[in-house]
Amino acid sequence: MQQDNFEYLANLLMKKSGHVLTPEKGYLLDSRLGPIARKEGVNSVEELVRAMRTRNDEQLNWAVTEAMTTNETFFFRDRTPFDLFKAEVIPHLVENRRPGVKAKIWCAAASAGQEPYSLAMVLREERTMLRGMQMDILASDISDKIIDKAKAGIYSQFEVQRGLPVQLMVKYFEKEGDMWKIDPSLRQNIKFRVFNLLESYLSVGNFDVVFCRNVLIYFNKETKRDILNRMAQKMAPDGFLFLGAAETVLGLTDEFEPVAGKRGLYRRKQRVDVAKVA
Amino acid sequence: MKQCLVVDDSRVIRKVARRILEDMEFKCTEAEDGAQALTQCRADMPDAILLDWNMPVMNGIDFLRALRLESGGDQPIVVFCTTENDMGHITEALRAGANEYIMKPFDSDIINAKFAEVGLV
Repeated sequence: MQQDNFEYLANLLMKKSGHVLTPEKGYLLDSRLGPIARKEGVNSVEELVRAMRTRNDEQLNWAVTEAMTTNETFFFRDRTPFDLFKAEVIPHLVENRRPGVKAKIWCAAASAGQEPYSLAMVLREERTMLRGMQMDILASDISDKIIDKAKAGIYSQFEVQRGLPVQLMVKYFEKEGDMWKIDPSLRQNIKFRVFNLLESYLSVGNFDVVFCRNVLIYFNKETKRDILNRMAQKMAPDGFLFLGAAETVLGLTDEFEPVAGKRGLYRRKQRVDVAKVA
Repeated sequence: MKQCLVVDDSRVIRKVARRILEDMEFKCTEAEDGAQALTQCRADMPDAILLDWNMPVMNGIDFLRALRLESGGDQPIVVFCTTENDMGHITEALRAGANEYIMKPFDSDIINAKFAEVGLV
């Protein structure tokens, strides 16, 4: 792709989604944008970008942004976060929240729903541990297409085989034609919403737990710092943050600190109240 | 090194599965049907069995039921790997003592994920 077209595309992505498009990610262009180029009736991704530059069509710009940001995921991705959620987070919240108060979880890059549904399955499986405590999940993603898919809760045979133990598949899915549909009762405590992490967080509510996995990697340092700092403001002082395996808060923010020995898990940093100490 | 017995009447499938499993550092043996597999298990019980359903002589589910009655036959972790992809077959397999279930077509990601699920990797 010509340098000026590539730069145009990179700038657009940065502005719309905060995602950094580097030349090494250039290989994604054909697979992600090829279908849009065909739909627009142009012969190549290069021509598509040229068309975008002349037309400046908001809808097309958004479709391209969306195509470049949707990422694959699977049920119980990386496993450890879900084990830690069960072993560390649930017991802490059950212990430290008043009876009758709902705990709140935010899946900030929920993609096609595998993460929130995995959590919903954990909550269902561990319901005795919850001692009646309810947890609401906000599942958000930048892409409205992917949120629609998440809401539908219908997955291909390939998708239900990656990460999902067969016992849970049998228990929580039903086969519909060639597809697998999740038990609608698992959706009861999940609210799906299209949300761009660059937007203001005023409307999202407050959370005890935030899963923000495998999304910060796409942002530059300033954006990462800004997102983490603003998330911290929406979290309980004893809240938990989960990041992806290749992500960290170190060098970005003092709002969180890693939990020793628990990979990918972070806590709000406990602040010493200076006035009280003095 | 863990040992995995690949049971499938298709030579191609056995070859593909073997390549994936050897990459995962399993030592592989092969059988073409359930009867052959049972004979091999009696001689040398593997750690894991990747098991097709529809095969001549003895099919996968009959093999699994027979295996679980053998002495030491409760030990191997059995992962079905079959084109049968309806709930009826899957629940029948689990009831007969299967530990995991792969619906064909499969790839190395799926085998890896399923083997991780049952603690084999």
